[in-house]
Amino acid sequence: MSVAPPGPRPAVSSARALRMAAPIAVALALVPLVLPPYSSILLAYGLVMAIGALGFNLLLGYTGLLSFGHSAYFGVGAYAVALMVKYLKVTSMELFLVGAIVASIMITALFGVVCVRYTTIFFGILTLALSQVLWSLAFKFFWVTGGTDGLRVPTPSLFGGLVTGAGDKITFMSHAYYYYVLIMFCLCVALMWVIVNSPFGMALQAIRDNETRARFVGVRIWPYRWVAFLVSGVFTGLAGALWVPLNGLTTPDIMHWTFSGEIVFMTVLGGFRSFAGPIVGAVVFNYLKTYAVGYTVYWQLLLGVVLVALVLSLPTGIVGTAGRLLARFQGRS
Amino acid sequence: MSLLVTKDLVKWFGETHAVDHVNFTVKESEVLALIGSNGAGKTTLVNLISGLFRPDEGQIIFRDADVTHQSVHGRIKAGIARSFQLVNLFDQLTALDNVALTIFSRESKIANLVTLAASDSAVWDEAHQILKLFGLEPKARMLAGGVSQGERKLLDVAVAYALRPKLLFLDEPTSGVSTREKAPIMDTVTSVVRSTGISAAIIEHDMDVVFNYSDRIVAMHQGAILADGTPDEIRRNETVTTTLIGTTETR
Repeated sequence: MSVAPPGPRPAVSSARALRMAAPIAVALALVPLVLPPYSSILLAYGLVMAIGALGFNLLLGYTGLLSFGHSAYFGVGAYAVALMVKYLKVTSMELFLVGAIVASIMITALFGVVCVRYTTIFFGILTLALSQVLWSLAFKFFWVTGGTDGLRVPTPSLFGGLVTGAGDKITFMSHAYYYYVLIMFCLCVALMWVIVNSPFGMALQAIRDNETRARFVGVRIWPYRWVAFLVSGVFTGLAGALWVPLNGLTTPDIMHWTFSGEIVFMTVLGGFRSFAGPIVGAVVFNYLKTYAVGYTVYWQLLLGVVLVALVLSLPTGIVGTAGRLLARFQGRS
Repeated sequence: MSLLVTKDLVKWFGETHAVDHVNFTVKESEVLALIGSNGAGKTTLVNLISGLFRPDEGQIIFRDADVTHQSVHGRIKAGIARSFQLVNLFDQLTALDNVALTIFSRESKIANLVTLAASDSAVWDEAHQILKLFGLEPKARMLAGGVSQGERKLLDVAVAYALRPKLLFLDEPTSGVSTREKAPIMDTVTSVVRSTGISAAIIEHDMDVVFNYSDRIVAMHQGAILADGTPDEIRRNETVTTTLIGTTETR
């Protein structure tokens, strides 16, 4: 007997999801108090990537569209911040976020018009090609973007200037900025939860499952895909904007298609059929990559082997497998 | 009174006249059967009327309005709904979600992305009622891809019915199910349709189903209408008997 899978409504009610999420949010809030600064900063990177993966999965998991171009929107968010610093001398994180959102909307709206008329490999290739266009612009227009040297982004001020980055940068990033990222992460998770469990989210899943039937129950396919594309891109752009002060520098590498591959990989690793999958996948991938880089110069080889082994042994992702094991355990007890 | 009229409707596929100057009507609150051998043009005709295909010539008049060039969405809003020969459902959604999604669409609430779908109790109550009407309430929480073929057929009709259409096209609602399941499916479908005054046009190959459940029968052959009449008239029509029923009964 097939019953509703874990994750998408109505298998997990919002009240139950909140009960599950609240202790995790509390635990995340305690991290800077109990762990060294390095761990907090590493987790902040993971949470930022989780926002991006969450946005990406609105397309893959809920709409059935595999994008290989999400590095573009991540880069747009990051470069929007860096260019605001360079040309407008802005230091407010809130203005950075507004700028990144506006820039992401403009780019994803345009790219979306081109891409959402296609599906499967055609959609994937188009998104990849368009992201490579942005990458080459960032790479070649060095007098604007800094080329391969990239653009530096200083420590921003937070909450309308109430918290500034004056003083030790490590302390700022591992405490004030970590909490800023955590708040944004919680807001993004809550917002995405509402979106995927809204009537609009149901329509996306209908399009994913059966486009023809979706048309014949009155769902307009392209506009819905376009909005999903837009929301997905804005989430990823927001992640880029939050990432760049952590990193202190943005370079064209984050717009390259290989970075899109990382976003795909972290989502698949966590499990794209569940709401929490991309979040878990992003955090785990971030740790794996960091420790692989620190362990050996052949880190890409090591990371690749570990990831292939994980995906082969956990075909429904970490969250999908955990859900199945939990269901089996509950069935026995 | 005619609910739907097609005037000289034509559809070519290459050199083939799939639908050849067809003048077809559906009256208010009738159950009509559309019969014919494979390739007769029945499904193409339904595809033209429902908006899946564009006609090459002719007009489609629905409730006195020309819908020939309307989109699928426009025709649904006008009151035309359909089910499919091969069951077309949202397999990763539950049976309840399949129906509720359709109600959200009908009520123009489907674009809402800032409110939880679960909070609209009116929609879910109606979805439960529709499933109950079709005898599918016990399967409400099961994935549509996981219920039996007969139940999938019924759910397919229930999803179309949730649009509250004026005219419902059912493309072979009993194909692929066992002989034992056919009568309960047709009993359920026709009792829902008749109790709500919807007109239904049913494409069907099983002559027992056709003669037992329809008020009127339209027979098609090679893209054109061969005969149009009551079940008794069609049964006595020699052209239909020799051209269609003989071949259909041997299927």
